[in-house]
Amino acid sequence: MQYHYHKHDVIIVGAGGAGLMAALYAGKEVDTAVISKLYPTRSHTGAAQGGIGAALANLEEDHWEWHAYDTIKGADFIGDQDAIEFMCKDAPDVVFELEHMGLPFDRTPEGKISQRRFGGHTNNETKKAVMRACNSADRTGHMILQTLYQQCIKHNVNFYDEYQMLDLIMVDGEARGVVAYEIDTGELHVFHAKAVMLATGGWGHVWNITSNAHTLTGDGPALVLRHGLPLEDMEFFQFHPTGLFKLGILITEAVRGEGGVLINGKGERFMPKYAPNVKELASRDVVSRAIYMEVMAGNGVDGKDYVYLDVTPETVNHYFEVDDSRLPNGEIRKIDDHFVQTKLEDISDFCRTYVGVDPTKEPIPVQPTAHYAMGGIPSDIDTHVLANENGDIVPGLYAAGECGCVSVHGGNRLGTNSLLDIVVFGRRGGKVMAKDVKQKEFKPIDAEAAAAKVRAELDAILNNTGEESAADIKQEMKDIMTKDVSVFRIEEGMAEAVKKLRELRERYKHIHIDDKGKRFNTNLLEAWQLGNLLDLALVTAEAALARKESRGAHARDDYPERDDENWMKHTIVYLDADGKVTLKYKPVTVTKYQPVKRVY
Amino acid sequence: MQVTLKIQRFNPEKDSAPYWKEYTVDMHPNDRVLDALLYVKNHIDGTLTLRSSCAHGICGSDAMRINGVNQLACKSLFSKVGNNVTIEPIAGLPVIKDLVVDMEPFMEHYRSVLPFFINDDPPPEKERLQSEEDRLRFEETTKCILCACCTTSCPTFWATDAYVGPAAIVQAHRFIFDSRDQGASQRLEILSDPDGVWRCRTIFNCTNACPRDIKVTEAIAEVKKEILFNKL
Repeated sequence: MQYHYHKHDVIIVGAGGAGLMAALYAGKEVDTAVISKLYPTRSHTGAAQGGIGAALANLEEDHWEWHAYDTIKGADFIGDQDAIEFMCKDAPDVVFELEHMGLPFDRTPEGKISQRRFGGHTNNETKKAVMRACNSADRTGHMILQTLYQQCIKHNVNFYDEYQMLDLIMVDGEARGVVAYEIDTGELHVFHAKAVMLATGGWGHVWNITSNAHTLTGDGPALVLRHGLPLEDMEFFQFHPTGLFKLGILITEAVRGEGGVLINGKGERFMPKYAPNVKELASRDVVSRAIYMEVMAGNGVDGKDYVYLDVTPETVNHYFEVDDSRLPNGEIRKIDDHFVQTKLEDISDFCRTYVGVDPTKEPIPVQPTAHYAMGGIPSDIDTHVLANENGDIVPGLYAAGECGCVSVHGGNRLGTNSLLDIVVFGRRGGKVMAKDVKQKEFKPIDAEAAAAKVRAELDAILNNTGEESAADIKQEMKDIMTKDVSVFRIEEGMAEAVKKLRELRERYKHIHIDDKGKRFNTNLLEAWQLGNLLDLALVTAEAALARKESRGAHARDDYPERDDENWMKHTIVYLDADGKVTLKYKPVTVTKYQPVKRVY
Repeated sequence: MQVTLKIQRFNPEKDSAPYWKEYTVDMHPNDRVLDALLYVKNHIDGTLTLRSSCAHGICGSDAMRINGVNQLACKSLFSKVGNNVTIEPIAGLPVIKDLVVDMEPFMEHYRSVLPFFINDDPPPEKERLQSEEDRLRFEETTKCILCACCTTSCPTFWATDAYVGPAAIVQAHRFIFDSRDQGASQRLEILSDPDGVWRCRTIFNCTNACPRDIKVTEAIAEVKKEILFNKL
């Protein structure tokens, strides 16, 4: 059995914002390496657009406590309030740190970091939208990813680029390393470590229309499940209201933050009906549901399943007057073509390239797009992965970023809080891992056996002569999830989805692939990744079926109200080797905010 | 529309040299070349190998030579490239398999220009201040996604792989013209090397190839000018 052996104090899997931030911090103190199936700058953090939330108060009054309350409310009161307070309090400091690393934020006339309005972020006293999203045009994620990677180069962080993690090495309930596949050569590498951090991102490709990269296949959470550990709150998956029609490409909420309005097929601005105070800047679950309800009522454009996002200066300026929306100096807000082209440059490019629309002249066709996993690998504030609903820690295992669930997003994440999450908890995790591994020796692993187990799994795919196609199964999974476990859900549909997903998992055992080679065999890896997506789809559907209420992104036609008495609790879901799903629950941490009805 | 894709194939485990293979697929004019490649991979021949990730021009994974011009497969629509499409790997880097090239020589050049913020002064408690004007000075080159479309379209790079290449110069430019950065003279020193900016013959292929619309040749010229008149 041939394999390569490596030893590092800390192994981080994933090179998006969370992984790179953790690497910078752990790497300052202990031997750290990052494994990524992509070159780090290809990570999907780079696709984030509008901004990172922090109450800097650079343009108007703001407080981290307001940010925390907005996040708790946005989460529909199922986020853990201690974690949310930690994140929002840490936000200004971490944003200043990014600036000190050279991140090119846009600037205010005084030269400070520029901030813009975003959905769900408010002045808690006036209830009006507040400028809290620190931004760099509409490519804030790109700038964060580039800046963190640049710093990693500066500080000589070890990278294993284009290595796919295929297994966690767990011994006596402790994480002691990772088995990875070198994509270029097809060789296996055993990484022996004292600490393993999973920072593998999301899994939007469980659905048809998604803003997510093809490579977001939930590898970290799926492996966690396979080792008998649970995931948390999987039924809460965010559908971003404004994906480009048919393609799902993200059209940032900043378009609405800068004044863009949503218009239905009858030419009506419909958000005031659903959110009279902040209208288009309600939280994402609310806006996505509003679009669906318009479409269901026959108000989609041309009777189809999309509406318009209008950011043409003529329309925007008209509604600034109607809404009496003013600048901090008291003047009525006003935008022009140049403003749209510079503040929303990438968006303008996407619209021109993919749908032939110039957003300064025409409205943009949009529909909700599967965007972000609020749930994931349960962790504490220190990023330690939790083994069960009682809060026991898995020694040696850490999770940060979208693949994790601290939980700071609860039932619905606010825009700009994902970029904040990755840097706050990436930094925290890096520091904690450095401290933990200094007090710890390397514990033994059977590297040979670990590699042999993975080799056998790969051989099973390579040698399978079944009749099924991975691509067909993947498409069917997406169709099932899009039809029945999407923006609106109902008992019968979800039960049917669970049944069909189980059939797909059976069929998956009989897939064949064309490429049997060693070099750059993406055919093999994509087939393996499909197994991850299928597992995550199943636990998502099962957790959703069980939650008999509507909360945040989980909206049910048959249980339209939030039920705090019975359901203000986190789902903890396990999946055994036979496909049996077990659901447990744990309480939400409440510091001082009792649930109230959510009105925007 | 029916589309014919002529794709350069090469499997290092089987083939002694690259060869062409044609596939005919049904596509919509608004579909991307990437959609067609993935269709071939998923439904006709799973051995076809390429990199792709975000699929909307942000990650830079799927740079390839499409009808002789470097572009991202996810930003090339059939309405633009037509229904007879030739697809090759980007040139000047060793081919690993089919459309996948070895990015390491490219990344090595990138790392050589100190592509990170340098300022050893203790940072203030809050942000460093920067005027809007100073911030805009290097806006253009912050957009680079390291896709390598520019460097691998440069005839000078094809001829001399020691040439640091347009992408690395763009990355250096982003810091050289950042008013907060203090590493300009070190970077200009590196780029004044015979294999630095002076290898650029202002052919403009890089500017034409950039999927982020960065005026690459102009950025290189600004660095040349800085070496001549200001910092060295």
